[in-house]
Amino acid sequence: MSTDVKIPQAQTQTHHPDAKGIKLPIYMDNHATTPMDPRVLEEMLPYFMEKFGNAASRNHSFGWAGEEGVETARERIAKLVGATTKEIIFTSGATESDNLAIKGVAEMYREKGNHIITAVTEHKAVLDTCKRLEKYGYRVTYLPVQKDGLIDLEDLKRAMDDKTILVTIMWANNEIGVLQPVDEIGKLCRERGVIFHTDATQAVGKIPTDVNKNNIDLMSISGHKMYGPKGVGALYVRRKNPRVQLSAIIDGGGHERGMRSGTLNVPGIVGLGKACAIAQEDMAQESCRMAGLRNRLRDRIMNRLDEAYINGSMENRLPGNLNISFAYVEGESLLMGINDIAVSSGSACTSATLEPSYVLKALGTGDDLAHSSIRFGIGRFNTEAEVDYVADRVIETVERLRELSPLYEMAKEGINLKDVKWAGEAH
Amino acid sequence: MSYSDKVIDHYNNPRNVGSLDKASSDVGTGLVGAPECGDVMKLQIKVNRDTNVIEEAKFKTFGCGSAIASSSLATEWVKGKTVDEALAIKNMDIVKELSLPPVKIHCSVLAEDAIRAAIGDWKKKQESAKPVSVEAAK
Repeated sequence: MSTDVKIPQAQTQTHHPDAKGIKLPIYMDNHATTPMDPRVLEEMLPYFMEKFGNAASRNHSFGWAGEEGVETARERIAKLVGATTKEIIFTSGATESDNLAIKGVAEMYREKGNHIITAVTEHKAVLDTCKRLEKYGYRVTYLPVQKDGLIDLEDLKRAMDDKTILVTIMWANNEIGVLQPVDEIGKLCRERGVIFHTDATQAVGKIPTDVNKNNIDLMSISGHKMYGPKGVGALYVRRKNPRVQLSAIIDGGGHERGMRSGTLNVPGIVGLGKACAIAQEDMAQESCRMAGLRNRLRDRIMNRLDEAYINGSMENRLPGNLNISFAYVEGESLLMGINDIAVSSGSACTSATLEPSYVLKALGTGDDLAHSSIRFGIGRFNTEAEVDYVADRVIETVERLRELSPLYEMAKEGINLKDVKWAGEAH
Repeated sequence: MSYSDKVIDHYNNPRNVGSLDKASSDVGTGLVGAPECGDVMKLQIKVNRDTNVIEEAKFKTFGCGSAIASSSLATEWVKGKTVDEALAIKNMDIVKELSLPPVKIHCSVLAEDAIRAAIGDWKKKQESAKPVSVEAAK
């Protein structure tokens, strides 16, 4: 006797998106990057062809126009994070800012010590930089995280010793949106006299990120994560209480107070500044709206599907982030089924290295559930109608793929998948 | 990464999804892969004991679109073939048919493994069912 399973046709138009005013495909991957806000583009345009001068040309009006654009942007960024303008350095993005902060401190303070503390869930821009420093003889401690994604402050306390010169912990995680206790980390570092850097790429512009309230010494900022342009970012470098010094990693003229040489990307910087100004004005209202949409998406999905698990703390989380594992369904096949929606997955099949998400692994999520995860990044331009459409398409695709899944079938038969001796298990 | 039309077709219209009776002596079941690897395929065949022709095939897969397509194609190909003809199916045939990129070749390897595992399971059943006899059919 055979059981024939009727698989419904994969539908992309069942919900008549046009009728609801939805434009396909829907972009819901705002942690990867964000569309530019039209107000940002408008602000940038004059700096390509009219005010095109090199901001370092001190002797003519073309240069002064460029410089003015840059300094206005610098003020806007400083204002957003509670810093002074002298403390904002422009870079090519948060990856460069992370490199500058970590390598810059490591080299400058190497007489003082050679120990750096970070966490296992950091972005590769931090982790790979730390790995390189290990090759040069620095000692790096990678703090574990708890099941909710947060570090244990006791672990941090214990890890610090008299050779520790830097703690680098990200404010908000790019995969699971979890927020680390930055204020407490900052307080601890200040007490122990250790420099504290935070990669705030995903946090700036979305939640309050004041460098003084949180005792932050260095902070990385990225333009394209907050509706600004790609290829530009900033690094906050504290000047007072204490003064932080950095060795530059790029030489060539001594721009940005000797910390970052190179002609400034004036249009990009202007865009970053405008993006910060917009964020400052809209943040309170926007973060509330983002949380509302995210909770709507979460509830609509979780109320309908069983065996769906949220990865990471819900209480300490970015308002627009959601990361869910759907048991018995593989991530890439799920993405394929919702191919009119842009999101991403922690599945190995979607990564270049065929490794599942190391962030999910660090939470203690099993590899099978890491393969079954989807990251949703709701942003400024997403609507309620889009959220409902996405939820419904996800539900229908998960249900369809579970009918195709031998794991779901076995689970329904009461088999504990953890007891099975799998043919493909690594020995 | 964009998929070939054939992969998309198999994903949207998978052939032969379902299950056969594991306990039946005519049925061979192959279960390959592991959940931690993100790929598990179950492929089952029903073989005519007189002709050794695979009359029915069913599959279920936990895996990416290429894995689903590979196993769906595998069930299509083995149907109507004898057990020995099915053993001749090579993973590179699947790669060619579905235009799989290099990073997805392992999906086709798993599908070939699944065919072999199902046939192996069926063969084992035939061996254990036979009385000790010299004229065991191949």
